[in-house]
Amino acid sequence: MTLVLQILLTFSILSLVAIGGANAVLPEMHRQLVELHGWLDDATFSQLYALAQAAPGPNILVASVMGWRIAGGPGLAAATLGMLVPAAVLAWGMAGLTQRLRGAPWLKPAQGGLVPVAIGLILAAGITMAQATHGSAHSQGVMPLLLVAVASVFVWRTDYSPLWMLAGGGVMGALLLG
Amino acid sequence: MSDAAAPALTRPSHAGLFLGYLKIGLLGFGGVAAWARHVIVQEQRWLTERDYAEVLGLGQILPGPNVGNAAVMIGRRFHGLAGALLATSGLYFAPLIILIILCLFYDRYGQLPAVAPVMAGIAAGAAGMVIGTALKMAGKLKLHAEALVVLLLATVAAAWFRISLPLIVVVLAPVSIALSLRRAGLLGKGAAR
Repeated sequence: MTLVLQILLTFSILSLVAIGGANAVLPEMHRQLVELHGWLDDATFSQLYALAQAAPGPNILVASVMGWRIAGGPGLAAATLGMLVPAAVLAWGMAGLTQRLRGAPWLKPAQGGLVPVAIGLILAAGITMAQATHGSAHSQGVMPLLLVAVASVFVWRTDYSPLWMLAGGGVMGALLLG
Repeated sequence: MSDAAAPALTRPSHAGLFLGYLKIGLLGFGGVAAWARHVIVQEQRWLTERDYAEVLGLGQILPGPNVGNAAVMIGRRFHGLAGALLATSGLYFAPLIILIILCLFYDRYGQLPAVAPVMAGIAAGAAGMVIGTALKMAGKLKLHAEALVVLLLATVAAAWFRISLPLIVVVLAPVSIALSLRRAGLLGKGAAR
């Protein structure tokens, strides 16, 4: 029981420093789980990260997998709640604040100022993902980068569902990268 | 619908909010930012491109995943606390189930299922999807020159120099807000005019 509470507390703290989401908090997560608490070793931490990447959904769920490995089902629940609830409460408060300030003339321009930062970081995430696909064992050469380029232009210039691109990527991967 | 550039928005029902976010979570391989925009702006038309980008920007400066924070804020906007809970649970429901199944696999076999080439192809597609989404948003929002500079600075700092995201946000967000206020005539030289 105490272990589960410790997991809840640790991930609650991680939640509050996770500005920028999962990738931003990963180094601190490693420090807490591997170095401070010794709940996981280095290799396991990396494998679990890869496992979480294989699932769809927000990358922050990497916390859930770590919780699972440390303390099974209760660990998963504690890590997930710890990671999500504090940030969600802050977002709730922020939504209320912006609703209350809706009439303020500076609110829209101020919020607009955050837009290029948000888009720039999405672009950076895409580039980082592209670099990662290039580096993995199953994707040597230019093929993966070509796939990335085709997918980028497809999503940028057309309004079709991006699902076509993911499905196409999977098929091309099976045919060309195997 | 006289203005083709601004199609009519739809207000989601409770179920619609949950189902929309369920789809975002379920399809969001390699992160959900691209899917969230696709569903919310393009497919369901809950918010305009600009509205969504602004909510996402707020989500970015708060701790936690920006799309998760946006889910709370968008849910609250349409249906209060129930909306925030529905959007959030929709977003995380399917990925958690899939993750638990993967964990069981992992515990049993000690490694990922042998579908690495397919996963590599999907990952490449997902990377392109994220890049394409950023380009699309930047194009549709017709950002000013100084905003484009901020955008590229954020990209280069995060992707090439690997500067930690909190640091990027702490430095660039105030600069970018100041530039935006100034362009709106609310700060500095612009306000004096």
